[in-house]
Amino acid sequence: MSIEFSPDKPIYQQLIDRIMGDIIRGNLKSGEKLPSVREYAVEAGVNANTMQRVYKELEQMEITETRRGQGSFVTENEERIAALRHEMKEQLVTTFLQSVEAFGFTRDEMVKVLMERSGSDD
Amino acid sequence: MIKLQGISKKYGGKCVLDQVTLELPKGKIIGLVGENGSGKSTVLKVIAGLLTPDEGRATYNGEPITRNIAAHLAYMSDTDEFYLYFKVGQLFDYYASQFEDFDLIKAKEIAQFLNISLDTRMKNLSKGNRGRVKIAVTLGREADYYLLDEPFSGLDPMVREDIAKGLIRFTDPERQTVLMSTHEIKEVEPLLDEIIVLRQGKIIAMEPIDEIRDMYGMDATSWMVSLFKEKA
Repeated sequence: MSIEFSPDKPIYQQLIDRIMGDIIRGNLKSGEKLPSVREYAVEAGVNANTMQRVYKELEQMEITETRRGQGSFVTENEERIAALRHEMKEQLVTTFLQSVEAFGFTRDEMVKVLMERSGSDD
Repeated sequence: MIKLQGISKKYGGKCVLDQVTLELPKGKIIGLVGENGSGKSTVLKVIAGLLTPDEGRATYNGEPITRNIAAHLAYMSDTDEFYLYFKVGQLFDYYASQFEDFDLIKAKEIAQFLNISLDTRMKNLSKGNRGRVKIAVTLGREADYYLLDEPFSGLDPMVREDIAKGLIRFTDPERQTVLMSTHEIKEVEPLLDEIIVLRQGKIIAMEPIDEIRDMYGMDATSWMVSLFKEKA
């Protein structure tokens, strides 16, 4: 099925987020081969030029690497993947805190709610 | 490279195209959008050499466009105009006899990708499957340009998705250009590199899709609505 995109972000950015999400969740493992640009473009229902850009940016971020004649692979550099996980957490927290501040809540208040939540899930 | 310079066209005193100037870069998928009667089909017909403009110059690699451009350009009209007694395979053979660049192997691969049987007669196909056959014979050609007039119009979502995927799978962004008119902007947006907006026979905008989202933080549909308000 084609992917549904949200309207407020460039499509290539949403695809990068999606692939990074797959790596963080472990759906795409370190060293695993990615589909070819064309295959992934067809699957996602997007322009092949857009997918080319996605692959290029992932490579520039050293999240993937291209092996000549073989295609793109998720990096085997575990440190890079650990850093990616960390960056993503930071990013989520930043977005969260922006909303928290917009409502005028304090961080301590929110930490308390988070603690209660994580307690109730056990 | 296809270029239109100051193209105007009147039908019975009504100006359908008004000073249209446009370059179609190689290797892009470009959407041509606008309200009914804004001139989308007329632009496609001028580029395909099917209509002679009243004013202006339409050129392909520097030469004036004539009907002969059909050798390099695959035009898909928005109407069904097939011989109904043909089987799909016979239609492919007919196309192969008419167009030097028709690649029978590619066409059969497309047919397989879209789940069309070569032995079915056109008259026995559903509207959706006729839509699939139409895109198969169009993309079966190895043309420099594909001009598609409303390729998704009147088809159900499954067929639209198949056609979109066929377009991605069977065109080569290194060397082929697709220009398609469409109303389904929301659905087609992920397929596009660029979008051209026509209004009352004039081009009011031409933008790369990602820049619209980057610069305005909105998708093409909302952008177009705001553009229309701004230029009202």
